[in-house]
Amino acid sequence: METIETLIENFSMLDSWEDKYQYLIELGEKLPPLAPEYKTEAWKVSGCQSQVWLVPENIDGKIYFKGDSDAIMVKGIIYLLLAVYRNKSAQEIKEIEVEKIFAKLGLGEHLSPSRRNGMMSMVDKIRLYAASFES
Amino acid sequence: MYDVEKIRADFPILARQFGTHQNVYLDSAASAQKPLCVVETLTRVYLQSYANVHRGMYPLAEEMTAEYEKARRIVQGFINAKSANEVVFTRNATESINLVASSWAETFLSPDDEILVSEAEHHANLVPWQRVCEKKGCRLKVFKIGDDGSFLPEEYEKLLTEKTKLVAITAMSNVLGTIFPIKQMTQKAHAIGAKVLVDACQFAVHRQIDVLDLDADFLAFSGHKTYGPAGIGVLYAKSEILNKMPPYQCGGDMVDKVTYQHTTFAEPPARFEAGTPSMVDAIGLGAALEYMQNLGLKDITAHEESLVRYMFEKTSEIKGFKHIGTAPDKGGVFSFAVENIHPQDLAYVLGKEGVAIRIGHHCAEPLVERMGYTSLARASFGLYTNHSDIDAFVKAVEKAQRFF
Repeated sequence: METIETLIENFSMLDSWEDKYQYLIELGEKLPPLAPEYKTEAWKVSGCQSQVWLVPENIDGKIYFKGDSDAIMVKGIIYLLLAVYRNKSAQEIKEIEVEKIFAKLGLGEHLSPSRRNGMMSMVDKIRLYAASFES
Repeated sequence: MYDVEKIRADFPILARQFGTHQNVYLDSAASAQKPLCVVETLTRVYLQSYANVHRGMYPLAEEMTAEYEKARRIVQGFINAKSANEVVFTRNATESINLVASSWAETFLSPDDEILVSEAEHHANLVPWQRVCEKKGCRLKVFKIGDDGSFLPEEYEKLLTEKTKLVAITAMSNVLGTIFPIKQMTQKAHAIGAKVLVDACQFAVHRQIDVLDLDADFLAFSGHKTYGPAGIGVLYAKSEILNKMPPYQCGGDMVDKVTYQHTTFAEPPARFEAGTPSMVDAIGLGAALEYMQNLGLKDITAHEESLVRYMFEKTSEIKGFKHIGTAPDKGGVFSFAVENIHPQDLAYVLGKEGVAIRIGHHCAEPLVERMGYTSLARASFGLYTNHSDIDAFVKAVEKAQRFF
């Protein structure tokens, strides 16, 4: 999996929204599918426009996430979020300014987590899981 | 002659461009755009005639009160109510229905009474009745609709019993577009002594309402869907029912005589309009309904029927396009699924093409699930929608299909 810096660079080379969307779809297709046993209400992220599941794992003080969605572009967003939050401690997850990172991707409001849309519920969930590992 | 291009000129927002794309607004079922005359009315009132209603003795206050009460009479005419006193201004249809639930249902329903709704209800005409049932020990019954979204008289009549005290039904589904035969349904309900509440939010936009002909006991709609301002809604209720209903909220303007210990309440509709109402919006709603009346409800309906036919014709050419809701009597609300494309993905691409559609459960989650989906896309028409909007929609869906 690429680092978020590489992904930002890749997006910056694409001019049209069509190319950006196409690339996001490709990332979505690359996202490893989540095992069916996790596709349950317990792992669902509420507040999204599609079905989204996020599963955290704590390995030696670092938190790893797996995720999936039934919408392919949302899977692309999950791919980006996993790149943002990979190999981070709970404290680091708390400090990441995800809105600033997404602004650099140039995907626009609807495809970026912000206080005003449902994408933020994924970030809120990630932060919530991180906080629960901290205590 | 219904000149849709001339009508579109009354809606400046339709001329907006998004990038190189024209605004193709196919989300009127969520909220309609406003004609100039409505916005001008709001501006005129705020700049020239503004004061509180029903309180002052000076010219501005009298003018404002007169305009507010004139708006009530416009609504009365629009729905053909016997008296303007049967028209209560609320915030929206949701509040209208909650008013009936809190005031009428909680007063007059008893344990074991039944409330009957259809499978096609918006949450606003479902959840308030669930709450009434929990509080009062009543039962909520849900009658089935057809897989194509059509009304099934036998399913309705099967659940209509002597225990049924209220039938709460939508006149037009916000998901399926199905028009329900309210008049016949009301006759059946009245025959067993049940009252009927009609959720006319979508119906009011597309068809002529006649409460006398329908014989509805309650009817609710929202101003923002009928080309009026957001924040104003209507509850119609028959005088003889309204007169017996206790207040919904308490405060100013709804009282008759107040002492520190006791209050007698004003007659309807004032009894149900506690506090300063959304009075300028009410006047704006009056302007919106007059605008619709000037165009002619029959002509609006005929125009939309031609759009419905065109939509079916054009979308039938799209491979993998499936309509959800194909009842014979259907208005300009189209829910659909496109094979192998999630509605959210579809909406992203359509949005980039300037095409506004709604996705999700449309505040009718049980219905969307009953139709076999977790999320649906919906395109809906207004009186300003034209054939080019449908062409642009089809083109954008086909572009999305090349994407995914």
